[in-house]
Amino acid sequence: MTSTDPATTDTLTAPDPATAALPGPGTGCAPGARPVPGAGGAVVELHGPGGWFPVCALTALTPGRGVAALLPDGGQAALFRDRTGTVYAIGNRDPFTGAQVLSRGLTGSAAGRPYVASPLLKQRFDLAGGACLDDPEVAVPVYPVRVREA
Amino acid sequence: MAAATARPAAAAPPAHRPTLVLIGHGMVGQRFLEELAERGVTGRTRVVVLAEEPRPAYDRVQLTSYFAGRSAEDLTLTDPEFLARHGVELHLDDPATAVDRRARTVTTRSGRTVRYDTLVLATGSYPFVPPVPGRDSAGCFVYRTVEDLLAIEAHAAGARTGAVIGGGLLGLEAAGALKGLGLRTHIVEFGPRLMSLQVDEGGGRALRRTVEGQGLHVHTGVAGKEIVADASGAVGALELSDGSRIPADLVVFSAGVRPRDQLARDCGLSVGERGGIVVDARCRTDDPAVYAIGECARTVDGLVYGLVAPGYEMARTAAAAIAGREAPEFTGADRSTKLKLLGVDVASFGDALGTTEGSLDVVYADARAGIYKKLVVGADGELLGGVLVGDAEAYGTLRPLTGSVPPVAPEELVVPAGTGAATLGPGALPDDAVLCSCHNVTKGTVRAAVTTHGCTSVPEVKACTKAGTGCGSCVRTLTAVVHDELAATGTVVDPGLCDCFPHTRAELYEIVRTLRLPSYAALLESHGRPQARGGEGCEVCKPVIGSVIASLAPSVGADGYVLDGEQAALQDTNDHHLANLQRNGSYSVVPRIPGGEITPEKLIVIGEVAREFGLYTKITGGQRIDLLGARVEQLPRIWARLVAAGFESGHAYGKALRTVKSCVGRTWCRYGVQDSVRMAIALELRYRGLRAPHKLKSAVSGCARECAEARGKDFGVIATASGWNLYVGGNGGATPRHADLLAQDLSDAELVRLIDRFLMFYIRTADRLERTAAWLERIEGGLDHVRDVVVHDSLGLCAELESLMAAHVAHYQDEWALTLADPERLARFASFVNAPGVPDPSVRFVAERDQIKPDLPLLTGPDLPVRTLEGMFTR
Repeated sequence: MTSTDPATTDTLTAPDPATAALPGPGTGCAPGARPVPGAGGAVVELHGPGGWFPVCALTALTPGRGVAALLPDGGQAALFRDRTGTVYAIGNRDPFTGAQVLSRGLTGSAAGRPYVASPLLKQRFDLAGGACLDDPEVAVPVYPVRVREA
Repeated sequence: MAAATARPAAAAPPAHRPTLVLIGHGMVGQRFLEELAERGVTGRTRVVVLAEEPRPAYDRVQLTSYFAGRSAEDLTLTDPEFLARHGVELHLDDPATAVDRRARTVTTRSGRTVRYDTLVLATGSYPFVPPVPGRDSAGCFVYRTVEDLLAIEAHAAGARTGAVIGGGLLGLEAAGALKGLGLRTHIVEFGPRLMSLQVDEGGGRALRRTVEGQGLHVHTGVAGKEIVADASGAVGALELSDGSRIPADLVVFSAGVRPRDQLARDCGLSVGERGGIVVDARCRTDDPAVYAIGECARTVDGLVYGLVAPGYEMARTAAAAIAGREAPEFTGADRSTKLKLLGVDVASFGDALGTTEGSLDVVYADARAGIYKKLVVGADGELLGGVLVGDAEAYGTLRPLTGSVPPVAPEELVVPAGTGAATLGPGALPDDAVLCSCHNVTKGTVRAAVTTHGCTSVPEVKACTKAGTGCGSCVRTLTAVVHDELAATGTVVDPGLCDCFPHTRAELYEIVRTLRLPSYAALLESHGRPQARGGEGCEVCKPVIGSVIASLAPSVGADGYVLDGEQAALQDTNDHHLANLQRNGSYSVVPRIPGGEITPEKLIVIGEVAREFGLYTKITGGQRIDLLGARVEQLPRIWARLVAAGFESGHAYGKALRTVKSCVGRTWCRYGVQDSVRMAIALELRYRGLRAPHKLKSAVSGCARECAEARGKDFGVIATASGWNLYVGGNGGATPRHADLLAQDLSDAELVRLIDRFLMFYIRTADRLERTAAWLERIEGGLDHVRDVVVHDSLGLCAELESLMAAHVAHYQDEWALTLADPERLARFASFVNAPGVPDPSVRFVAERDQIKPDLPLLTGPDLPVRTLEGMFTR
């Protein structure tokens, strides 16, 4: 966290007033995961309301664990990094309970696709597509992410 | 009545509601009531039960377990709700004294008279007391009821030596009970061997050797000649027919039972030459309105059955007959038995004594190991029966094969495994073989439960067929049949933990321990299922491996701090934040309060912290204080205050030791016999932080009044005048279970040593999320096995178990103090990675009863689905 780009905070403290609605659930938008080329000094950026903005240093993401990020419009995203280094971002809100907790769930993979299990009632959400694996009628938003060398 | 003429139907006589009177409320009587209710008879009939004993039906077969720590209440078979729901009128302590068959009335001791339309006699049997002079002296008992037990227990308090007259099944039970009461115990058997009805000479020898090996004194071929009383009229010695004399402060007669048929004799019903009310194949006496079932009945084969399984069958037959249904006739029953007496497995089945003409014996005996096995084989090679002593493993497959020619040579069935023995699985059994003799369920029925009723697990098959729900001796065979059938139908029975690992938790524990492999990623690569290797793992196995590594940390070279390195990614959110996640995303904080003892100063600190951070406070069931409503970024500041005041993590978030509850004990309480608070604090401090397959709860009570409710805990300690009794496997919650006595009258050091071993053995062998109660029920051999391992060191593991616990104790560190001391570790408590100090705006509260509560509208009402391994469930 110490390496968090101060500019990120600027983005937050001065949110773009013209912020649009959150991107819709997964399928329609750009893929939520990008392979990571290098390592040191890399910054994770997320495409949210108002375009791309930096969120944190890549090193702030522990493989297998998530972090929460505050979006310019006051919404929340959950960011994850898997063992291969790929970074994902989905909405932080658990649709089953309404609590902003998905970033605190445990990750796993099923049929080669990574997911996070909600820490409250354990439903699983596909990290790349946002679909709930346990209830086809439920999904969470997916945000495009990219990793850029600082 | 004008109204009556307007309604022609009312002119008919009012419907007669018949009355059924049941005399006797033992095991068979209670089963009979259940069979009646199942057939709807209780809905249209008034049912009156007249019982002699002061308590409703209980499990007489398990009577001896009363001395192993089970209370009289634990033995009950009667759900008060069952009686109420079916309108059964139960009159306890008021035995029937006379039956008037012409008037169809029963009169009781209290003078009650009840008219009956149908009468059922389930009067059971009474213990036979041989006419030994002095048998009325104080200190002479029989062994039949809970009241008998209580009287024996009371008298034994001042006694040193006891003698049991009778070396049969019940005699050995009684001898075990006296031994358990700390008496030097003699068994006097008139016959040439112990259990002469069930086992032959060779079996008797093996049994005797084992029984004597346990310190009991066996006298066979002699009778009790006289009970010698002292001046006060109390038993002092027992003189035997061979002229010898054994000192005895207490004598238990256990020389067989006789049917209680006096009521029937008095009202002119036929009884057998050697007793027993004569009944037909539908359990009806020669008065068509009167039935007799259980041990008081002489059935059409001319026998009186003293076993519970045939009694249950008679209960079913009579209930069906009374209900006017097609009733299975009772023409005779299997007398096979398998039981554990004084820790020795004894089984006999079929023609155990080889009385069939032309039969031949196949015998395997190992006198040193106390094993004796005999099969009786007919002229055509068919299995007729057998006796198994010391190792009755094969009973489950052999008994159902009785009457058929086994698929392998009989001698291969009795030699020990690993010496070329045939492994004759349940697959070899024919479909009509009875697997469960308590409920008369055949293998074919069990298979059909899987193939046509769609059962996919042993619990489902049990619920569907009732198989395995009686004495439980068939569960092993049942499990094998169910698994075979599931495999045959293509249903894969996979014991693996999850989709990542084909191993059970216990196997993974062994892998981590023996390979010293404290890494999840390495374990997944080396032992994961092929399709899981290289993947992310899953939320099931990650915390399990994290817990196993934490349990073993010091001895496998892992860091004891659960949140460092790779281990951090394995922990559930509760462990990850060292706090308990609540429904709105906030956390609760529970500081450790060892033994529930806390100073006013510390109480004030908790109050001040709660006030400063605006937390909701509540007293927990474990004698601690829960502080709720903390946001994630507040946790370090809250804990900084608590740690500074001397508090430590209470591990309420972990699958770990929670609390050791206590009463105030001898220090304050006028009844206390030991210092329960001191012991509770010592135990809580010793085992704090210990990671386990599930949470661990404990309590220490300062006397037998048990105010700390120790028997509802995973390990509970109850003070005695001379030390501590240790109980294990208790549970509250949805499936309450009273803990079982593991050992008694322990010193402080003995107590701690046994708990060390018990906990480490549990951690080593339990399944994921398996509390000690479920583990004790599941583990093969149950409590006896656990006692063998942790008390008698039967596996030679105790030194290792103790050293593992010693390493845990030596390496314990408070997780919150460690976390606060390290800025990197504190980083995880950020609300947002890009705005670490900004409070999560979605965590909001409203006021209720002068405190806060989450402001979170329920999304889908009370039916939020919960995902489990088996699929989605609505809670």
